[in-house]
Amino acid sequence: MSLRRLIVNKTMAALAVLFTVFYSANAFAQETAAAATAKPVDMGPIHKTATFYVLLFLLLCLFIAIIGKALKVYELTRETQGKSEGINWNTINAVLFALFLVVGLYGVYWEYTVHGSMILPEAASEHGVRIDEMFNLTLIITTIVFILTHIVLFVFAYIYRSSNKRKAYYYPHNNTIEKIWTIVPALVLTLLVLKGFLTWRSIFYKAEDANNRPINIEVVSSQFLWDIRYPGPDAIVGKRNYKLTTAINGLGIDFNDKNSLDDLIADEIVLPVNKPVRFTLASKDVIHSFYMPHFRVQLNTVPGMVSYFEFTPTITTEEMRTKTNDPKFNYILLCAKICGTNHFNMQKNVRVVSEAEYKEWLAAQTPYLTNDLRKAFNLPIPVEAAPAGTEETPAADSTATAAAVKLDVKNQIALKK
Amino acid sequence: MSTISLHDTHHDDHGHGHHHETFLTKYVFSQDHKMIAKQFLITGIIMAVIAMLLSILFRIQLAWPDKTFPLLETFLGKWAEGGRIKPDFFLALVTIHGTIMVFFVLTAGLSGTFSNLLIPLQLGARDMASPFMNMLSYWFFLVACVIMMSSFFVQTGPASGGWTVYPPLSAVPKAMPGSGLGMTLWLVSMVIFVASSLMGSLNYVATILNMRTKGMDLWKMPLTIWAIFLTAVLGILSFPVLVSGVVLLIFDRSFGTSFYLSDLVFGTEILPNEGGSPILWQHLFWFLGHPEVYIVIMPALGISSEIISVNSRKPIFGYHAMVYSLIGITVLSFIVWGHHMFVTGMNPLLGGVFMITTLIIAVPSAVKTFNYLATLWRGNIRFTPAMLFAVGLVSFFISGGLTGIFLGNASLDINLHDTYFVVAHFHLVMGSAAIFGMLAGVYHWFPKMFGRMMNPKLAYLHFWVTFICAYLVFFPLHFLGLDGVPRRYYAFTEFEFMNKWLTVNTFVTWSAIVAALAQVAFLFNFFYSIFRGKKATQNPWEANTLEWTTPVERLHGNWPGEIPTVYRWPYDYSKPGAAEDFIPQTTPFSETMSSNLPHDFEGNEEAERIQKEWEATNKPVQQ
Repeated sequence: MSLRRLIVNKTMAALAVLFTVFYSANAFAQETAAAATAKPVDMGPIHKTATFYVLLFLLLCLFIAIIGKALKVYELTRETQGKSEGINWNTINAVLFALFLVVGLYGVYWEYTVHGSMILPEAASEHGVRIDEMFNLTLIITTIVFILTHIVLFVFAYIYRSSNKRKAYYYPHNNTIEKIWTIVPALVLTLLVLKGFLTWRSIFYKAEDANNRPINIEVVSSQFLWDIRYPGPDAIVGKRNYKLTTAINGLGIDFNDKNSLDDLIADEIVLPVNKPVRFTLASKDVIHSFYMPHFRVQLNTVPGMVSYFEFTPTITTEEMRTKTNDPKFNYILLCAKICGTNHFNMQKNVRVVSEAEYKEWLAAQTPYLTNDLRKAFNLPIPVEAAPAGTEETPAADSTATAAAVKLDVKNQIALKK
Repeated sequence: MSTISLHDTHHDDHGHGHHHETFLTKYVFSQDHKMIAKQFLITGIIMAVIAMLLSILFRIQLAWPDKTFPLLETFLGKWAEGGRIKPDFFLALVTIHGTIMVFFVLTAGLSGTFSNLLIPLQLGARDMASPFMNMLSYWFFLVACVIMMSSFFVQTGPASGGWTVYPPLSAVPKAMPGSGLGMTLWLVSMVIFVASSLMGSLNYVATILNMRTKGMDLWKMPLTIWAIFLTAVLGILSFPVLVSGVVLLIFDRSFGTSFYLSDLVFGTEILPNEGGSPILWQHLFWFLGHPEVYIVIMPALGISSEIISVNSRKPIFGYHAMVYSLIGITVLSFIVWGHHMFVTGMNPLLGGVFMITTLIIAVPSAVKTFNYLATLWRGNIRFTPAMLFAVGLVSFFISGGLTGIFLGNASLDINLHDTYFVVAHFHLVMGSAAIFGMLAGVYHWFPKMFGRMMNPKLAYLHFWVTFICAYLVFFPLHFLGLDGVPRRYYAFTEFEFMNKWLTVNTFVTWSAIVAALAQVAFLFNFFYSIFRGKKATQNPWEANTLEWTTPVERLHGNWPGEIPTVYRWPYDYSKPGAAEDFIPQTTPFSETMSSNLPHDFEGNEEAERIQKEWEATNKPVQQ
């Protein structure tokens, strides 16, 4: 701690201060110059240039450097005066931890209440309610642990900050305590596992109920599209064979399977309330994920593999609109597995309606099977339609093809986006 | 001594100077473990900065999806035509950010640096078991980095199927532009990376098992070494599985096989592949992928154990429990990979099994956390920069670990899978926590690496801004996930319900930018201190472990004379009766008669007798 070193340091510090003052003046001059030239206009264009922000950042760096130098000068003066270290950084950091705890706890409270109120509304399906119960239980337990451990962590950090008067307590281990905090988390987790396991089983292991058979709906994903297929009167969705895919048979539906003949195209998913539905999920190209967050439903659609998800919607769209107080509310199907360029915009509208509305809607849907497809599959072109009304069948077909064309156009639009 | 002490200490007067060091052998093709550690560290830091900049780019897109930034076009050209990042490039950014962070920064940068630095130094070895292989390990790593970065200069852009590169998206070039040459480069880079990682890991295990100094039995090893050892074992057992998966994917992509592909139709084009399963890739990938996240976090936990103990001036609480919990995590991490696949359509029975194993792994993690807290209790805590980061790690580990309990639960995962909840979870528990472990290690062992100290005040600034901003970035993201917002979405503009999160996105991006700027404080501090930092003393933190008995100046061979002998465990801090509040491992019990405890002698009757005799004669004097 020779005086010479101090002087050198002081000169250095002074030089640094002069230097920074000069530089910041310089920077200011530049900025004012820039401002002066832009005076007749507004500052808008300047705020848009990267140089402006780089300069701002450099200014901030200079500011920090000046503070650093000033602190150093202060500490060195204290040192020469023979006093203890100027600033007790240890205490400052300890206090900051305590402060962080207080502000952080408030922040967590704020997040839970403000952002917590922006999350999904209540589950709109039977199993969803059980998932939410599971979620709430987990949330309560983890929040308690989260808060307590953080209080302990930062309070210890504050209380046990270094002091010359004290020596740390030599306490290498305590088997009893360690056993307790191994066993207690294990027990809590056992509880969560058990409940989780039961919930999981109740979702994926459904007993067949002959009186309440689920509606079968097939969803086939392809890049940035969901194709929905409803069964006709036979209540069975026909087979698909990807090798049969052609321009007019985009899904590769096997019309040799008589169950396919009455299958219906739908451009949205409409579900009757309180009736079980069983989705058959498949994919044409890459993996997508069939995700309907409001129903707590998600399952990947995997090419080469068919998977199923069965659930019962319990709240109609209208009811949900009143519940969420949002007249524009709609259920939605989106893709949750990265699938390419338009992954972010792969959606389908979902409506939950009353049984009657559902039947009405279903009756208005057009079948997949068109005359072109009949020709392709060597199926007889229906003749019984002819006496009933010769014009109707072609008309229906043309609307169907029109719909198909429309879909195609949509595709292209989606791709262009 | 001149300011560049690094450069003038190679006079080979320390007994094993039979080879001459040139610039090339010393700094480039070095076989000295300390230099290789520095090479790993600096490469890791550079990769981290790159990955961080990539994340800022896609955060900008998320925050201002409708604004144009002409500057982006200047730098990114056609990938940001008109000043807006394109969807394909957005996915590439996300993918490469993830790949670099997980593999190049947190695996190689973290393990590579601290394994190389600490294994010989803390165990008392002159170098690694195989210095040449060690050097190869670094060079393979560098080649992997270069290949990965070169994919930015490919016409179709870098790989963009997410860092997990699930086929068929990654396997079929027409599925997305990034699945062209960029994906090939990704796979090649990954094979080379795994080769690097394996050479490193084998070396670490061989060194730890065979080259410990006299007296250094396994239960006297610092927890850093335990963590690194188990990490290396994990790597050796799991990385080869990734290679096999990658090789099959290369075959599918380039040689027309169908390991992962079947029943594919693009538009109306029917691909000839038949009989494969995309799920196979997921099993192979996650068989590595899940151990991988422990490969990332365990060294960080080991580092923080050491740092918390040193700076609390207390022995780590429950040393044995800490080791056993690490072993438990190691073993369990191999049987939990299925929790990444709950909603792939895998048999639900498997989902149930994987849920059980996954939640069991929370137990050893909880034990570790509680032990950290108990170590702080009644300590005498010095908040060195390293200690701040270690405390930050504990906080992140708790916050991120707890959300793992949600995701590990198969029934909750249905609605949380692939949402922002997952993003928030792993960025806290393995992103932020592991990075904080790494930074803690850098601040703690900087004096050992470069013989100089880093500026603590800049480090405080760095810590506080980073710590606060990391929470500001990742905490709100949980709620996006709870609202059902999927991850890897280019923009939130297409869905009505996501509009309410746009302001949150802007806030998160600003926080990320501030956090990124705070890293400038670190980078400046790091590189400036290498050359101009205050000179370090031999044992600046008053720590017990062996590395602080080596001279400040770098020596090839670490100790000038004989390698010291170890007599005690590394955590004798504030032992009652001792003069100082630390007793280095090299101090024999005969020199610390006043502080010895019966437990120290591990049943050695002769030693206990001597101790008793000493106490009988000295006790009254002491009183």
